[in-house]
Amino acid sequence: MSKAIIESGNVAAAMAVQLARAEVIAAYPITPQTPVTEKLSELITAGRMDAEYVAVESEHSAMAVCIGAASAGVRAFTATSSNGLLYMSEQLHWAAGARLPIVMCVVNRGIGAPWSVWNDHQDAISQRDAGWIQIFAKDHQEIVDMTLKAFRLAELVHIPVMVNYDGYYLSHTYMPFEPPDAERVDAFLPAYQYKHALSPEHPESLNTVTLPDARLDVQGVKRGGYMDLRHNLHEEMGMAIEVWEEIDRDFQTHFGRGGAPVTDPYRCDDAEVVIVAMGSMANQFRVVVDRLRQDDGIRAGVLALQMYRPFPGAMLARALQSAKHVMVYEKGLSYGSQGALYGDIKSALYPYPSRPQLHNFIVGLGGREIPTESLYQTTKTSCAPDRILPPAQSDVPQWIGLQL
Amino acid sequence: MAYDYEKSIRPGKLPHIWCPGCGHGIVMKGLIRAMDTCGLDRKNTAIVSGIGCASRLPGYLDACTLHTAHGRAAAFATGVKMAKPEMTVICCGGDGDGTAIGGNHFIHACRRNIDMTYVLMNNFIYGMTGGQFSPCTPTGAKASTTPYGNPDPIFDISKLAIGAGATFVARTTAAHPREIDKLIVQGIQHKGMSIIEVLDDCPTTYGRRNKFRSVVDMMKHLKANAVPIKAAAKMTAEQLQGKFLTGVLFHDTEKPEYCAQYAEVIKKAQGA
Ligand SMILES: Cc1ncc(C[n+]2csc(CCOP(=O)(O)OP(=O)(O)O)c2C)c(N)n1
Ligand code: SF4
Ligand SMILES: [Mg+2]
Repeated sequence: MSKAIIESGNVAAAMAVQLARAEVIAAYPITPQTPVTEKLSELITAGRMDAEYVAVESEHSAMAVCIGAASAGVRAFTATSSNGLLYMSEQLHWAAGARLPIVMCVVNRGIGAPWSVWNDHQDAISQRDAGWIQIFAKDHQEIVDMTLKAFRLAELVHIPVMVNYDGYYLSHTYMPFEPPDAERVDAFLPAYQYKHALSPEHPESLNTVTLPDARLDVQGVKRGGYMDLRHNLHEEMGMAIEVWEEIDRDFQTHFGRGGAPVTDPYRCDDAEVVIVAMGSMANQFRVVVDRLRQDDGIRAGVLALQMYRPFPGAMLARALQSAKHVMVYEKGLSYGSQGALYGDIKSALYPYPSRPQLHNFIVGLGGREIPTESLYQTTKTSCAPDRILPPAQSDVPQWIGLQL
Repeated sequence: MAYDYEKSIRPGKLPHIWCPGCGHGIVMKGLIRAMDTCGLDRKNTAIVSGIGCASRLPGYLDACTLHTAHGRAAAFATGVKMAKPEMTVICCGGDGDGTAIGGNHFIHACRRNIDMTYVLMNNFIYGMTGGQFSPCTPTGAKASTTPYGNPDPIFDISKLAIGAGATFVARTTAAHPREIDKLIVQGIQHKGMSIIEVLDDCPTTYGRRNKFRSVVDMMKHLKANAVPIKAAAKMTAEQLQGKFLTGVLFHDTEKPEYCAQYAEVIKKAQGA
């Protein structure tokens, strides 16, 4: 049996990548991601991991190397944060369009300008439309487990996967977790086989200019144009939710952990106030929920959203419909509009007849402290029966913890 | 009397973030002296940097300073200079910023020969992120990503700048503080792209991994291996092994400067 160890979130990620037997790792250092890649380079140079480590000169090149490696049929991994992710953006879209099963850890951090090295989710949110699957871990065990499952998901649906975890809150804190047993991981995650791997025996021309219209290929088979290929990506992205659930069930049989791969509810069954959050903040809310129930008699629950893209809209609508209040707390937004997650949840609920009162809170940008006390207070005040705001006020995000 | 550096420091900005013994502070002092010697008006001087420990330098100076994205200093600075050709434009940054992620902007700024002075602090490492190897980490040296020694060959920044088309290229070290300001002054006075490479020390992430017991050791190493270009002319290739040439390595006053060239284009287009 595996035994729990105490390590940092970044080391947890590196251990998962080692267990997944990634074969090419290309990375460029950026705080707070750096220790993941340092750990991997150490494992490789010490001969404890059979992989190539390419210390590239930028994130753009890191993703390009991963794209090359994955196109050659090799399991590839990288990690980044913040502006590093943004600098990769062109390649992110490329990897998704090319349907390459790359896995990347994003250690979430605010983006410049002005420079900030502290945590929020704007880096990931800014790339939500790149065609990558985005999942969010909320503790070290999830970092390990999700990263392993991410490889399997990416390789089954041919869509790259971003495993997000909070900079510092998770990357640099030490927590106990169980590293899965290597043999079982091998059984759970078979070797990567890529149907279109570059090979001299079967020469193929990948990702050439694709015309607007469908056409016959050299064998006379009708092949989609650009729009058809993009439609495929969208459809298969949607199907990835079920695949992810199946993978989780299989993971449970191998390792005995899991059961909440898409959303992770805490005391939501009878909840009239449901908080929705991603990442470590969802765990922080468990304390708030307990206190609201105990001290104030408010039936509160917190729903951690583990998978943000594809967006499990129908599932969320089912889970949230019968609540009186849904409070979406997020560490990123679509500037000039609302919290990105809030907007998504609102639109998921729209087709249903009973809609809860929705609230949007922006917190913790650029590492602004998120005191549990203020989460408790804002949640409590916002669901007070005498506090019914007109739509023009209730539908705008409230910023928590501003100091000016 | 002690030199008054504080008049050039933006109020409230000290203490700086640099580690004790870091060479970047020596370069900052050199830059302040050079700016004083040139009599630069701070309101008319733009100092641009990317990111890294070296790139923190402009933030301390009381001038028009712009802290930008990683590797992009030369590109942002080109924008500033094109918009306001009358401004003196200075770039500051590290080896990682300038020659890894920013290598492309660096060579193209050199190629254009735009009038700016780029003070590149080469401490052979990515200091800020904890000591990963850079394109300037000597082959064989240890970094956090090369715990068994770096297999990669290096960029010689000064040669790269000359090859790419910069018209004033000079090198010195943090162990030669007086030469730092002398060369920066020449760079500022030169009309065209001036690269001042300062070989610098990072005791925290480079020194301690590479058997430099102290900052003094690192300074001694820089001092002992710096060979002024004139002296080098009299030395054999063997004697020059592992040494670095210092002083003005290249100076071309013929190649046209980019803003001036561009002004000509505008004149032509307007039929003047
Ligand atoms: C796009 C992007 N990638 C990575 C980083 C992380 N980063 C900040 S500074 C730095 C290296 C700086 O090295 P150098 O320019 O040599 O400066 P030094 O710290 O050694 O003075 C890196 C990799 C970043 N800020 N932005
Ligand atoms: S880490 Fe190195 S480069 Fe950065 S301040 Fe410290 S000594 Fe200087
Ligand atoms: Mg450096």
